[in-house]
Amino acid sequence: MYGKGLRALSLATTVVLTAAFALVFFYAPNDADQGFVQKIFYIHVPMAIVALCGFIAGGVMAIAHLRTRAQKWDMRSYVAIHLSLILGVGVLLTGAIWAKASWGHWWVWNEPTLVSFLIIFLLYACYQPLRFSIEDPERQARYASVFAVVAGAFVPLNFLAVRLAQAYTHPRVLGTTGGNLPGDMRFTFLVALAGMVLLFVTLWKYEMASKHATMQLRALRRKLAGEEEPVRATGRTAAPAATLHARPDTH
Amino acid sequence: MRRTAAAVVRKDLLLELRTKETVPAMALFAVTTFVVFHFGLNRGSVAGDLAAGVFWVTLLFAAMLGINRLFVAEREQGGFDAFLLAPTDRTALLAAKAAALFVFLSVLELIAVPAFALLLLDPSPWPALPGLIGLLALANVGIAVIGTLASALAIQTRARDLIAPLLALPLLIPVVIAAAKATTPLLLAGGPGDVAARWPLILGLYDVVFALTAYAVFDFLLED
Amino acid sequence: MAAPDEPAVELHDVGRDYGERAALRGVTLTVPAGATLAVFGPNGAGKSTLLRVLATLLRPHRGSVRVLGRELPREGWAVRGRIGLLGHDPLLYRDLSGRENLRYQARLFGVDAARVDELLERTGMARRADEPLRTLSRGMVQRLAVCRTVLHDPPLLLLDEPLANLDPAAVDAVEPLIGRDARRTRVMTSHDPAAGLAQADLVLGLRGGRAVVAGPAAGVTEADVGALYR
Repeated sequence: MYGKGLRALSLATTVVLTAAFALVFFYAPNDADQGFVQKIFYIHVPMAIVALCGFIAGGVMAIAHLRTRAQKWDMRSYVAIHLSLILGVGVLLTGAIWAKASWGHWWVWNEPTLVSFLIIFLLYACYQPLRFSIEDPERQARYASVFAVVAGAFVPLNFLAVRLAQAYTHPRVLGTTGGNLPGDMRFTFLVALAGMVLLFVTLWKYEMASKHATMQLRALRRKLAGEEEPVRATGRTAAPAATLHARPDTH
Repeated sequence: MRRTAAAVVRKDLLLELRTKETVPAMALFAVTTFVVFHFGLNRGSVAGDLAAGVFWVTLLFAAMLGINRLFVAEREQGGFDAFLLAPTDRTALLAAKAAALFVFLSVLELIAVPAFALLLLDPSPWPALPGLIGLLALANVGIAVIGTLASALAIQTRARDLIAPLLALPLLIPVVIAAAKATTPLLLAGGPGDVAARWPLILGLYDVVFALTAYAVFDFLLED
Repeated sequence: MAAPDEPAVELHDVGRDYGERAALRGVTLTVPAGATLAVFGPNGAGKSTLLRVLATLLRPHRGSVRVLGRELPREGWAVRGRIGLLGHDPLLYRDLSGRENLRYQARLFGVDAARVDELLERTGMARRADEPLRTLSRGMVQRLAVCRTVLHDPPLLLLDEPLANLDPAAVDAVEPLIGRDARRTRVMTSHDPAAGLAQADLVLGLRGGRAVVAGPAAGVTEADVGALYR
């Protein structure tokens, strides 16, 4: 189910990312103030945007899970959040590199996007430990979804609060995001953003397909061994385990 | 729903009066933290933004103690089942627990503010008191709602004392930001100034957003 | 609202899982109003799970459950006030007194405070009703738990070994509250085949979550029940 179109998607991702790479190095001009190092912005900002959208998407999928109780939404939410968390690490690392190259410090407090990201990262870092420490799989999925919804609601509020806290103390340090990008920079940025979105979607589909396949394999093995199928596969992992049996609608 | 919530709050306040487990610990923790700050910062007194920061951080960490204890009696003495068996609106439990936590925080602040004024605060807080009380009330609502959510999420996990603060602290950072920024002008050495309107507004927005979110999701934490 | 001759409990092919295991599977039975169903089975057979499903605390994963004419879990909210559950946990706060606990429950169930005093009298707990539960013996706590269970006069009683920890005097005190009565349907678990069968109209024997014995009590002997435990 998830494997369909995966090859085309991977191809598209590779093409766009390569194009973005080429544009960054050969097309986009060097920034007047910050020089070559400013180009890290083409990774840092798209990653941040995609990660944030990923967290919010995870929250929306969690709402779907709570409403329908379908295991598949929990799996989708989990993968979205887990991928966004990895991207989040990337955001913090690229942000730190940029800060060091521009300002000589590995961390700066007067860049609201970076600071907001740190807070969000700290919050979502609790997602897997939370899942891992609830044993009943159904409860685990439910509680994880509640967390994803609350955390998703938190993301915009957090950005607002941090941004306002910085508003009149320092000008934007790592600027050049937002509307006033010159044409060639904007084009490069958009291509980079498109590439990052495609990358996220491809990885998401890939992980979903992989989990689904593992599940089917396990079920087949059990059938062959003549064992009675457990109604729900579990393991001591933080990852949700999807079931093959459609749960009867008990509403 | 109101009747149920009132019954639960009454039961929780009665339990706290009887056992005196939570609020004294929170108050003691706050006062001790002020002492620690004195030595940690190596200052005899603080004012302005430093005072606001020390005060709100201390309050936040003291609140963590209360958050950890909030659902323990329910978990260990069958309180969840007792509530779930009753023909009541499940969301009443959220309202009741948040209200109880709000009361505990208010009592904590009744002790912490004078202690802070005594031990560390340079200017007198009394002229700024109305503004301070308003901010404390707004912040308490946010802490109560998020605290109840975090506590309810954590109570079913194995590492519940660890998970609750880990969930609550990042979620409460906007409250710290807004509250500290708002309180700073109230604690200036030269006398209280005006509070920028945006900060109470942010606190209010935060309270509304999370109260609504909590209302929407809390039921899912209780069912099986 | 259940019609007068509608069964109090109807289960059809009910299943409920606990992690990977099925705690209940394919349980089908019907309990007419006013009857007593005795549930037997070794530990882990699913007796408590069954009671909790009937009490609306657990949702069934498979099959259909109707209690007092209402479909669970969809209409659980409508029947909760008419079910009384007495399990191993008294569901009372240890630091509060019996009276405070029951008053709290009374408020939750919308029951008059006078009923609390009446039940305390009838179970012989009036004298010690104002001491914290921590200071009371298990038998006394069990009596208070019985009070909690029947506080709202429920037409369906779910009793998990209700007479455990009770001395003969206490048994006499609670018997009129949870004993056989045409106005009450009871689902009772028991480990005592003789006593359980004596009280029962219907019998359900569970093993590994499955109904191994199911039918009128007249057709079930102590030996049948004993076989469940082997």
